[in-house]
Amino acid sequence: MATSAVKVYGWAISPFVSRALLALEEAGVDYELVPMSRQAGDHHRPEHLARNPFGKVPVLEDGDLTLFESHAIARHVLRKHKPELLGTGNLEQAALVDVWFEVEAHQLSPLAIAIVVECIFTPFLGRERNQAVVDENVEKLKKVLEVYEARLSKSKYLAGDFLSVADLSHFTIMHCFMATEYAALVDALPHVSAWWEGLAARPAAKKVAEFMPVGTAGASKKHD
Amino acid sequence: MAPMKVYGWAVSPWMARALVCLEEAGVEYEIVPMSRCGGDHRRPEHLARNPFGEIPVLEDGDLTLYQSRAIARYVLRKYKPELVKEGDLEGSAMVDVWMEVEAHNIEATLWPIIRHCIIGQYVGRDRDQAVIDENLEKLRRLLPVYEARLSVCKYLAGDDITAADLCHFGFMRYFMATEYAGVVDAFPHVKAWWDALLARPSVQKVMAGMPPDFGYASGNIP
Repeated sequence: MATSAVKVYGWAISPFVSRALLALEEAGVDYELVPMSRQAGDHHRPEHLARNPFGKVPVLEDGDLTLFESHAIARHVLRKHKPELLGTGNLEQAALVDVWFEVEAHQLSPLAIAIVVECIFTPFLGRERNQAVVDENVEKLKKVLEVYEARLSKSKYLAGDFLSVADLSHFTIMHCFMATEYAALVDALPHVSAWWEGLAARPAAKKVAEFMPVGTAGASKKHD
Repeated sequence: MAPMKVYGWAVSPWMARALVCLEEAGVEYEIVPMSRCGGDHRRPEHLARNPFGEIPVLEDGDLTLYQSRAIARYVLRKYKPELVKEGDLEGSAMVDVWMEVEAHNIEATLWPIIRHCIIGQYVGRDRDQAVIDENLEKLRRLLPVYEARLSVCKYLAGDDITAADLCHFGFMRYFMATEYAGVVDAFPHVKAWWDALLARPSVQKVMAGMPPDFGYASGNIP
């Protein structure tokens, strides 16, 4: 079999790398994951800097096109293969997709990532969990999730009654977050909870979840 | 057709991102001024527009949008789709890449420097040189990448100006008004790119509403 025209470089346990993988899974595109080692500093090596001069992962190679930044990769993959997931062709729908795609990146994820880093990844970073950082971000996240609850009380998905990249973009970081004891924040909100269950039940999400074995400590009873 | 409305304070670099795109789009719009120190963004009438309580907010008929980059994309897609390379798969991917680079690297690095160098003195905050230095270090590692990019093409996503370049304007405007502008000037292609942005009528128009001290010294506190 010929090597895939589409390659993703990175470590799949990263919710950023896996965001790219989820887009490819949802698009139904064949791809090859080229594993890299964060510990070995593969992302600082010249061959990687030639792909992404900022030295980060993921990187997507699609034929002659080399892209970085997980949100840009997700947009490209879906624009090419599943443009309806961007609301393409309808200005208003596309705008609402963009709003909630930005909300994920700038309102929710910074908070969720901070909590996930402290609760799950500090052992790998060789330091102790900083509970003050967790507490501060949990307080902010509660308020953000209230906005999500209100939104999802009015429409099935974030951009409207259609699934979009805005919803999908939440999966990988929330998969990590839901493995912490703070999953209860989501469980307490019926619409957010139902929306999350729906995302996690998707075949593409289940496949990508296998790449991110962050453990089930603190996972909701509903996941059993 | 009723003009679009943009809610917020014009000195905000986030507001500037939206305004530059409206100017480039050549579309009629009106700024609905809000007061940050008056807490207008936390009032119920604004939370009804943007439940996250932030600005800018765009109203176009029945459509209400927030998050400055989403506003930028919508306005340009509607009126100047070439500025987001709509219909061009590779071109739009490059626009997206550099919009994300700006979102995750530039804003986060320039804003702390701007807060401490420009704003702090007016709001009773001691300048924290350690924060400034830490972010200058990050900027010094980012700029060579921009320099290399802008040495092979005129603008970030290719040889045409796009939303990716325009989205840098607001934060760059204030950073270049600090004593650290020389850090950027040391990179000739980045400097040329910045000068080209400054020369655009859209940028000139929006800059007119952005005094380098955010209006504090003249008493027009945002």
